[in-house]
Amino acid sequence: MISIVDYRAGNTASVSNALKRLGADFRITNSIEELEASSGIIFPGVGHAQAAMKALKENGLDDWLRETPLPVLGICLGMQLLFEHSVEGDTDCLGLFPGKLLRFNDQSAKVPHMGWNTFDEIEEGHPLMQGITRDDYFYYVHSFYAPPAAQTIGSCSYAGVTFTSVAAEGNKMGVQFHPEKSGDAGARLLANFINLTR
Amino acid sequence: MLAKRIIPCLDIKNGRTVKGVNFLGLRDAGDPVELAVRYSEEGADELVFLDITATNEKRKTLIELVREISRNITIPFTVGGGIKAVDEIGDLLTAGADKVSLNSAIVVNPDLISESASRFGSQCVVAALDARYRPESPADAPEWHIFTKSGTFDTGLDALAWAREVTERGAGEILLTSMDKDGTKSGYDIPLLRAVSAAVSLPLIASGGAGTIAHCIEAITEGTADAVLAASIFHFKEIEIPELKQQMKAAGIPVRI
Repeated sequence: MISIVDYRAGNTASVSNALKRLGADFRITNSIEELEASSGIIFPGVGHAQAAMKALKENGLDDWLRETPLPVLGICLGMQLLFEHSVEGDTDCLGLFPGKLLRFNDQSAKVPHMGWNTFDEIEEGHPLMQGITRDDYFYYVHSFYAPPAAQTIGSCSYAGVTFTSVAAEGNKMGVQFHPEKSGDAGARLLANFINLTR
Repeated sequence: MLAKRIIPCLDIKNGRTVKGVNFLGLRDAGDPVELAVRYSEEGADELVFLDITATNEKRKTLIELVREISRNITIPFTVGGGIKAVDEIGDLLTAGADKVSLNSAIVVNPDLISESASRFGSQCVVAALDARYRPESPADAPEWHIFTKSGTFDTGLDALAWAREVTERGAGEILLTSMDKDGTKSGYDIPLLRAVSAAVSLPLIASGGAGTIAHCIEAITEGTADAVLAASIFHFKEIEIPELKQQMKAAGIPVRI
């Protein structure tokens, strides 16, 4: 059973529809008891980093996410919150991965980075990336980005910078794009995550 | 490299897809969910659903239709038409829409942009601008006005000033429709696209006037648009999306194939 974390800062409808199409067993919850009883956690996120962190803290979900040994997949803002800090609202995030989220410079490109993009580089051997190639397109929409870190297993470029598209260390994983909105390639990545929860 | 997007637009009335010439003379072009799935499979990058009757007839966009679409497609989609309140936006997003397009309501109440952007994030707020050329404006400094109520009401707002304002208020994208070109199939309004693109740094969707593949290419290469939106040419298979993408690629435009 996969749990989609519901903390009023994630659009859970699209993720649940994607899991339904994949035939996965899932629920949407913010109960720590139910999260504990899961095989894997999907942590979506849209909106403002500060509001999202505040919502996580209200439920004690911040500490729980830091400490859980279960496989966790952060999506979009959910991935960003795995890092230390965001300049969006000068927000301290979960701090699982080192680095500070920055904003794309709108003098050099249109912001947000919105649409379908490919990878610069990927670590094809990682279980989350099975069957995914550098040239596969995924759907992005974000104004803030994580600079590449040791945890980066997929990178992408926009507005003159290279940023973390996929990050992973141990059981904690995150994707800047929206796999639930990325056609067949996105379904593949979600299926890879589901396999990791078995 | 970030791909330029192809966005079929499905105008909805009574749960069916329609497309009018200059918003008059509506024709039935099929079931929206069926069309959405077909476009998604053919390689459309995004979809836009506009309840075109919503503003005039105060019809609320059907939440159930949004749910049904969300269950059936794996690409992002935007819903618009008569949306006036932050709560309505919340309901549409909860039903599975990725973005909402706001048009008349933000002219009346510009705070709706900032309120929805701060509550749901800029990424889901599309400012839809319907612009019409002012023939009395100087030829070397063309001006456009923003129209609302399905293109029937001149707000008196300057299109470029309004584009800047929606940007400052937190919109995440601009859907720019040329009222002069809409339904004519004579090509996108390149001067309008260039002017808005130069005025703001938001992603820009070109709309109104698509008749040929060359028009779509021109909107991107000349109009500097990030995405091209069209309706009837896709619905009636005058242009097939795979062929359009091949030709865009051949023209050196990055596309998702």
